[in-house]
Amino acid sequence: MEIAAFYGFSGLAIISALFILFSRNLIYAAFALFVTFLGVAALYVLAGADFLAVTQIMVYVGGILVLLIFGIMLTQKTDREAVSSTPNQVIVFVKRQFWGFLVGAGLFVFLSYIIATANFRMTGATNMSRSTLKTIGVELMTSHLLPFEIAAILLLMALVGAAYLALNRNPASHD
Amino acid sequence: MINIPVEHYLIVGAALFCIGLAIAITKQHLIGILLGIELMLNAVNINLIAFSRHDPEKIGGQLFALFVIVVAAAEVTVALAIILRVYGHFRTVDPDKVNELKK
Repeated sequence: MEIAAFYGFSGLAIISALFILFSRNLIYAAFALFVTFLGVAALYVLAGADFLAVTQIMVYVGGILVLLIFGIMLTQKTDREAVSSTPNQVIVFVKRQFWGFLVGAGLFVFLSYIIATANFRMTGATNMSRSTLKTIGVELMTSHLLPFEIAAILLLMALVGAAYLALNRNPASHD
Repeated sequence: MINIPVEHYLIVGAALFCIGLAIAITKQHLIGILLGIELMLNAVNINLIAFSRHDPEKIGGQLFALFVIVVAAAEVTVALAIILRVYGHFRTVDPDKVNELKK
């Protein structure tokens, strides 16, 4: 049961990632990324990381993907000739297919070779029966307190920087 | 509980990382490149969480993945703000056509 779920969700994630790679329509690619994130969240659950799975769904699907779709729609040229009966399309052209395929496939072969020959010898029991929520909370507030605070400062700086960068400073320059 | 070997998680992570890299190379759209980068960050998190299974007392891998998610969120907001500025200035989102510093 678990094995079938693992391979099913990994196949779902990889197939929708390949759909992003080969899709011409950027809107469809963004929705395929949604499916990929859901598949990866299911893999987190199968690896015993329940809190990370919920965080993944909330942050990526609820925040980042909505932001990306807003970005796609805000950076689209309006086509005056397009009739409103045709479906909405954001066509993206692809270039450098040869180099993309070569680098991607080459890196995958290289990484697979390394993983196959690594011979990991795991110690420690894989006890995944209890929730990781308490452990994460205690660790974040004790031994990982400094990275936690730095992450808070980073998020504040990103918020201020994004608001400053996206500010329309000179509206007259936009013909 | 049935144990799925850690190599299978690593293979899935490697496949998603390479697909994300190919997306970031081939797409001629700045947001398409951003989609590929998000996919690569997610693939790295799979590796961290797969190794974190064998460390149930101090789950360092999951905490690292949490910080990766935080950094990804910060990165995508700043990148989208920059893309909107570039689009307002050059009227294009093709990274090959943005080839001059100042008009």
